[in-house]
Amino acid sequence: MSPVSKAAPAATLSPSTIRHLRELAGAENVLTEREDLIPYGFDGTAALKHGAACVVMPGTCEAAAAVVRFAVSEDIPVVTRGSGTGLSGGSVPVDGGIVVTLVHLNRILEVDPANLTLLAEAGTITKAIDDAALPHGLFYPPDPGSMKISTIGGNVANNSGGLRGLKYGVTRDYVMGMEVVLPDGSVAWLGSKCVKDVAGYSMKDLFVGSEGTLGIITKVLLKLVPRPKARRTLLASFDSMEAAARSVSRIIERQIIPCTLEFLDRRTCECVEDYAKVGLPTSAAAVVLMETDGHPAVVEEEAAAMEAIARESGAISVEKAADEAHAVRLATARRSAFSALARIRPTTILEDVTVPRSHLAEIVAFVEEVAVRHRLQIATFGHFGDGNVHPTILTDETDHEEMERVHLALGEIFAKTIELGGTITGEHGVGLAKKPFLSGQFDEASYALMKQLKQALDPRGLLNPGKIFDLDAPTA
Amino acid sequence: MSDPSTHRVLRHMAELDYSVVQQCMHCGMCLPSCPTYLETRRERNSPRGRIALMRAIADGELEVTREFGEEMYYCLGCLACTTACPAGVDYPKLFEHARAEVEAADVLFTPGRRFWRWLTLRQLFAKPWMLRAVGRLLRLYQASGLCSLVRKSGLLRLLPENLRDLEPTTPTVRRHFSDALIAGIESPPARKYRVGMLTGCVQDLVFSDVNRDTVEVLLENGCEVITPRAQGCCGSLHAHNGDLEQAAEQARRLIDRFDLASLDAIITNAAGCGSHLKHFANLLADDPDYAGRAREWDRKARDISQWLVEIGFRRPEGVAAEPIRTTYHEACHLCHGQGISKQPREILKAIPGLEFVELENATHCCGSAGVYNITQPEQAGKLQREKAACIAKTGASLVATANPGCHLQIQNGVGPGVGVRHPVSLLAEAYRKEKKERS
Repeated sequence: MSPVSKAAPAATLSPSTIRHLRELAGAENVLTEREDLIPYGFDGTAALKHGAACVVMPGTCEAAAAVVRFAVSEDIPVVTRGSGTGLSGGSVPVDGGIVVTLVHLNRILEVDPANLTLLAEAGTITKAIDDAALPHGLFYPPDPGSMKISTIGGNVANNSGGLRGLKYGVTRDYVMGMEVVLPDGSVAWLGSKCVKDVAGYSMKDLFVGSEGTLGIITKVLLKLVPRPKARRTLLASFDSMEAAARSVSRIIERQIIPCTLEFLDRRTCECVEDYAKVGLPTSAAAVVLMETDGHPAVVEEEAAAMEAIARESGAISVEKAADEAHAVRLATARRSAFSALARIRPTTILEDVTVPRSHLAEIVAFVEEVAVRHRLQIATFGHFGDGNVHPTILTDETDHEEMERVHLALGEIFAKTIELGGTITGEHGVGLAKKPFLSGQFDEASYALMKQLKQALDPRGLLNPGKIFDLDAPTA
Repeated sequence: MSDPSTHRVLRHMAELDYSVVQQCMHCGMCLPSCPTYLETRRERNSPRGRIALMRAIADGELEVTREFGEEMYYCLGCLACTTACPAGVDYPKLFEHARAEVEAADVLFTPGRRFWRWLTLRQLFAKPWMLRAVGRLLRLYQASGLCSLVRKSGLLRLLPENLRDLEPTTPTVRRHFSDALIAGIESPPARKYRVGMLTGCVQDLVFSDVNRDTVEVLLENGCEVITPRAQGCCGSLHAHNGDLEQAAEQARRLIDRFDLASLDAIITNAAGCGSHLKHFANLLADDPDYAGRAREWDRKARDISQWLVEIGFRRPEGVAAEPIRTTYHEACHLCHGQGISKQPREILKAIPGLEFVELENATHCCGSAGVYNITQPEQAGKLQREKAACIAKTGASLVATANPGCHLQIQNGVGPGVGVRHPVSLLAEAYRKEKKERS
């Protein structure tokens, strides 16, 4: 990752190109003023900024397809964007390209309680999906930190995770079908409402997590599950990360699969508590937020067992959420962890390494050691149950000397993760931020396979170019 | 990125520490809280988008343009983003400095705008006597019947369109202003505290009864109340509209009116004022004569509900024959600007015969937002209708709110069937009823 990329002067599109885009998407949906474009230069990722030549906000899936068709015919790169809350720079524009933002495609088209599915346009807010399922007694579990504003299309394109991954899985586990605009502008429907469907390649799965590099997802068919009847939330604090990890391992060994097993280190707790004031302990070395949901009797039993295990494993205290509202406040507070950490230093660099669950304590200890060695402030929180850790480096992008140490530390953390059989990103995606580290995780054949796929679908490299990996220069 | 010290020097943005701008890590958590973003879904109409524009100016990538100026005035300044922001961005500070920058660059210049700004910010709201004189004229106009005559005559067509649309919503000016209703010093039978009372500007003209009620409630709770005469505007209006210079002047004048050392607290009952006047120290940081006193002022400034809960106000006794269903609209500058949410509810719940029901989206802006309903009538009207619809859903016959702007905006939105009152007025009324029942 380069320290700070300054927005390059936006390459402009010709007046006739702009005019044509206005005809396709509606004049009010094509933004070209500098004041309009600057705020689209970034997403939720620190220290990445580029300048789009224009932003198009199509109001229909057909308009989105027409814009792609036209852009491709004119050789103009297209970057798709939802609400711009991504954490790897995946929706940061390409200088001189078009940003197509799908926030106006926000209709829920169908809730089908007989088949437990929901069909929505890609710009629908994640939380609105679950809100629409609620009156039918149904549930859409994936809950990324930004669920109040992130779009479902963005979630699918990044295969987003969340706090409930351990029991409920991630976005991919809920995608049954989708409408995709392909790089040539044609529109394909992939998947079906069938629980079993092996007709041909599972094409929808190719697009889940493709970060807008293979096509533009415009509609999504999602699986819903019955809404759990009861929920119990516990907050356990420990005087060491090892004790917290021990507790988590024992819970899983006892074959209890809670929906949430989140941890926060002391520094994260301090920042979150400063913002949310929900009563997080700020003196403990590690706090674990545990949640079990399901049938009321089972939930009571599991909550009691988790409490006992936490105490056996050396918890300083175990506290039960007073009521549903308190439980929601605790989960909301946890979701704010990344942003709350921005209180300490000007630049907050969030990582997303993931290791097999049994190695979690080891990677957390390694991060602490790296922080000391490189004289950096690193706060860590994440999903204990998923082995997904968010080491967050608190730094200042204008301090070049410190940023060099940041890059050294990042390299070491990634290397260690791969050594432990892990992955450099569990739920945020590669985008621009992790592109330089990707090849280290793959053997030559699998890395080449990804590039072959990209080249097969998007031979001119116009959809979100430069994200995930760089294509080799075409051989003449 | 260029070194922060080499940033193009701008008069107002330069006064800001660059880290205030840098504090925004553009995570997007503010987006769902912002009324203008939800309306357009365009990034520039969002808090992080506006901050990106400010940063672009600080970095020398963008000039202060007319588009930038318009954007800063499209922002309601409701501060909902401040509550939503986990990173603790000081948006009020950024927003005030950005508007000041817009005024310094004069990018929104029209002769009419300059005239109205001079008339309101530098004359009317800078000179207490002038505001009162205009208030008296307006009162005469409204009470004499001239008002309905003018409306029938069609003379209003001579006014510019946005003023003409506003004429029917002009607040009714009170017969007596605060100084006629409140003595300079009023003492309770047993004094526990001594507080200074702020009478405000709009509050003084239109809601002097709320000021009187505030004093009565304070007396009832053992506070001696000192109310300096002819106080004038606290400068909130100026700071909010890009006139930081005059805001500082208003702050100095107000501080001069109070003997701070002898007071336990300075009390305001208007959310918009409170949110501003708790930060005089920022405004006067570079004024050696006032910086110290401004810090003391900030320490002592309290919203009335905050103060009452802090000192453990006395709960009135008694029961009403039929409970009145009441809901509570949170003024932006009370909940987002001052973080005061629980205290007004605590007061309302302590009032006998009042059935409290929560309001859906209670913290959403009603569209009043200072003079926003004058400058951006369309967006303000939309928010007003949304607020009225939520109120209708509660079935309440009474709405409590603690800011004059919201009070008027909501009253105009819900129509005469639903009453709007300040929580402190309801408490004062309960104390009065209690006394009547006892005697």
